[in-house]
Amino acid sequence: MSSAESQLPWTAPFDARYPNMNQTKHCYKSYIDFHRCQKLRGEDYEPCQYFKKTYTSLCPNEWVSKWDTQRAEGTYPCKI
Amino acid sequence: MVPTWSSFGLQNSASPSMEQLTFFHDFTMVVITLITVTVGLNMFLICSCLLTNRLLLQEQVVEIVWTVIPVFILLSIALPSLKALYLLDDPFTPSLTIKAVGHQWYWSYEYSDFPGIEFDSYMLPESDSLSIARLLETDNSLIVPSFSQIRVLITGSDVIHSWAVPSLGVKADAVPGRLNQVMLYVNRSGVFYGQCSEICGANHSFMPIKLEAVPMAYFIKWALKSS
Repeated sequence: MSSAESQLPWTAPFDARYPNMNQTKHCYKSYIDFHRCQKLRGEDYEPCQYFKKTYTSLCPNEWVSKWDTQRAEGTYPCKI
Repeated sequence: MVPTWSSFGLQNSASPSMEQLTFFHDFTMVVITLITVTVGLNMFLICSCLLTNRLLLQEQVVEIVWTVIPVFILLSIALPSLKALYLLDDPFTPSLTIKAVGHQWYWSYEYSDFPGIEFDSYMLPESDSLSIARLLETDNSLIVPSFSQIRVLITGSDVIHSWAVPSLGVKADAVPGRLNQVMLYVNRSGVFYGQCSEICGANHSFMPIKLEAVPMAYFIKWALKSS
C-alpha cells in the first residue's frame, strides 16, 4: 500500500459470506446487525460500530434513510 | 477515452480486465475468420464442381477428423473464455467504495467513506463551452484514484439502467432494490467515458458516464476538499 493510499478512510472489506456480484444482502444484513447489536449491548458498545461503518459504506443513502423512517414509524419489515 | 472516427476494434484498454477481454476478442476473431474462410472455400468448391465425391458412400477417417477438430477448436475458445470470466469475478480487497445510482435520466454518485461526498452527474448540452465530446460530457465527473482497487456498487432508483465504461471493461445492470458490485482498477490516469446500456426511457441516450482517473495523492486532496 502506498503512503497516499494509507490516508484513505476505512471501507467495508471483502466478506466471504457475500462472495458474489450481488451485495444486497451484505448491505441489508449489516444494517440489521447494527441495530440488533445496539439493542442487545446498548448504544455505547463500540464493536457495534463495525456494522454501522459497513452498511454506511455499502448501502445507498436513499435506502438507509427509508429504513430509518420505517423503523421510526414501526413499519420496518424485519424484527430487530 | 472516446471512440475515435473509423476505429475498427475495441477501445484501448485501461484496466487488466479489459486487457483480458481484448485478448479474448482478438483470439476468437482469428478462429472465427479461419472457420469462415475454410467453410466458405469448401462450399465454393462443392458448388462449382458437381462431380466431387460422386461415388462416396462412407468415409470413417474424414468423419473422425471433422468431429475431433471442432472439439479442440471449441475447447481453445472455452478455456480462455472461462479464465476471463472468473478473473472478472475474482474476490478482492477494496481500498475505496463508490456507489453509482441510476435515475431517469442521470447518474448520482456517493462516496460514503468520505462524509458528505454525494453528487448528481448530468449530461452537458452541446452548446456548453466545456462540452468537448458530444453526448458524453457531464457536469460532475466520477473521480477515482488510478492504480487502486475500487469497489463500485451499482443500483437504480426507478427503472433498470446499466452502468458501463467500455475501456475499463465494466458493465453492470443498475436494478432497483439490488446492489451489483464491480471491481474497478484503472491502470493509467485519464478520462474515460461510458453510456447507460439498458433502455431506460425517453432520455436513455442522454445520461453518460464520465470517469476521471487521477493519481492517489490528487484524489485524496480532492476528497478531503469536497467532504
